[in-house]
Amino acid sequence: MRFPDSLKYTKDHEWAKAEGNRITVGVTDHAQSALGDIVFVELPKVGRELKAGETFGVVESIKAVSDLYSPVSGKVVAVNDSVVSEPSIVNRDPHSGAWLVKIELSPGSDLGGLMDSAKYSEYVETLK
Amino acid sequence: MKRTALFEEHRKLGGRLVDFGGWELPVQYTGVIDEHLACRSAAGLFDVSHMGEITAEGPGSMEFLDRIVSNDVSKIEIGMAQYSALLRPDGGIVDDLIVYRRGPEKYFVVVNASNTEKDFAWMERAYREGGSSFRLENESGKWSQIAIQGPLSERILQPLTPARLSEVKTFRFSESEVAGVPAIVARTGYTGEDGFEIYVGWDSGPKIWSALIEAGTPVGMKPCGLGARDTLRLESKYPLYGNELTDETNPLEAGLGFATKLDKPDFVGKAALVSAKNEGLKRKLVGLELRGAGIPRHGYKVFDSEGAREIGIVTSGTQSPSLKKPIAIAYVPTGVSAVGQKVSIEIRGTKIPAEVVPTPFYKRPY
Repeated sequence: MRFPDSLKYTKDHEWAKAEGNRITVGVTDHAQSALGDIVFVELPKVGRELKAGETFGVVESIKAVSDLYSPVSGKVVAVNDSVVSEPSIVNRDPHSGAWLVKIELSPGSDLGGLMDSAKYSEYVETLK
Repeated sequence: MKRTALFEEHRKLGGRLVDFGGWELPVQYTGVIDEHLACRSAAGLFDVSHMGEITAEGPGSMEFLDRIVSNDVSKIEIGMAQYSALLRPDGGIVDDLIVYRRGPEKYFVVVNASNTEKDFAWMERAYREGGSSFRLENESGKWSQIAIQGPLSERILQPLTPARLSEVKTFRFSESEVAGVPAIVARTGYTGEDGFEIYVGWDSGPKIWSALIEAGTPVGMKPCGLGARDTLRLESKYPLYGNELTDETNPLEAGLGFATKLDKPDFVGKAALVSAKNEGLKRKLVGLELRGAGIPRHGYKVFDSEGAREIGIVTSGTQSPSLKKPIAIAYVPTGVSAVGQKVSIEIRGTKIPAEVVPTPFYKRPY
């Protein structure tokens, strides 16, 4: 399983990509594999304010509900409607096509605490 | 964890193994939806060796069983299977099970894996209290059980058995052979599809599994894990012990009235059920379809259509792979149990509209 170097990762198996003052967030290939067939995605409304660690939606497989946690504090500025319409994109293209939300960072918030792909790979190994 | 005789087969096929009530079994191989759809369009193969088997053999065995289960055991002919519930004196359900009559006084009772010890202890107590002398034995460790389910089941299995499968009708079985191994071949199942449940000696499990994999794979059969087993039975509105059926549910409200014969001689739970029936059932198990976004799941609360009063509970729910919509089985008050009645289901704090629909949710087209 490969985790792109261009992304940063959380222990909750989410990835984040910084683009200027915004970050894009999704769930990792490990998450989609562990969950199985994704059948439902619930995302917040554009404009929603989030604190780091707050839940902002769910990704559901046949068997399980998995909460989505915001890795930063900020405001939701975009939401991926195509994933809501077609949840299986999360299984097929978790690191790119299945981006879930874009968040505009609050002052003082950044991706500093997240893992790079090497650390995340190691972390995933410990879970096996 | 306990392992069935097919553990290595599951590993070879890439099964994702999980702890299922103390058994190490595959929840999926290629994916729940993929396996579910394969079962409905071609066939699925299931390792159900974790189920329990109890034999009651000898004089008085029929009367013994008839006194402790809900259905009429005296009506079972040799070669016939019958679905039933093991009941508590208050009418609650200890387990649901199938009774197979293998001989004049020989009954083979198949019970849920999670309840095997509980059921056998229950039966043993009744046995001692009754001063019985026939053979009552927990044979669970002696049997492997494999199910093949789906429209191509008979076509796949027939070359492997001398039994004339077209003559083995639903809820009948044949004592025969599969892949040269002695086997009980029963036309029973838990998916809503045509199919067979095959019982062989524990050690023979791998042989018939491999034979079926070889015979069925070329025509689209896939091995199916516990995940698909659950979505298949849910679409067919088959109850699952622990969800729809518990100590606190009676067979009448759970929709098992067809397997409950209140006119047979006295049996454990009869008085309580007659009472419940005369008073009118307070609640019923119904099928619901969500009319908004979300997936209803076990334990989610059912509210009235305005979302004001809590009136029931979801016992099982999922996104139906065949229907591609969210479905649920739930207990609701008898007054809102008719098809078309509107209710709502609370999902993460929000009440989503739902409607009582006819069941089974999925009806096979053949």
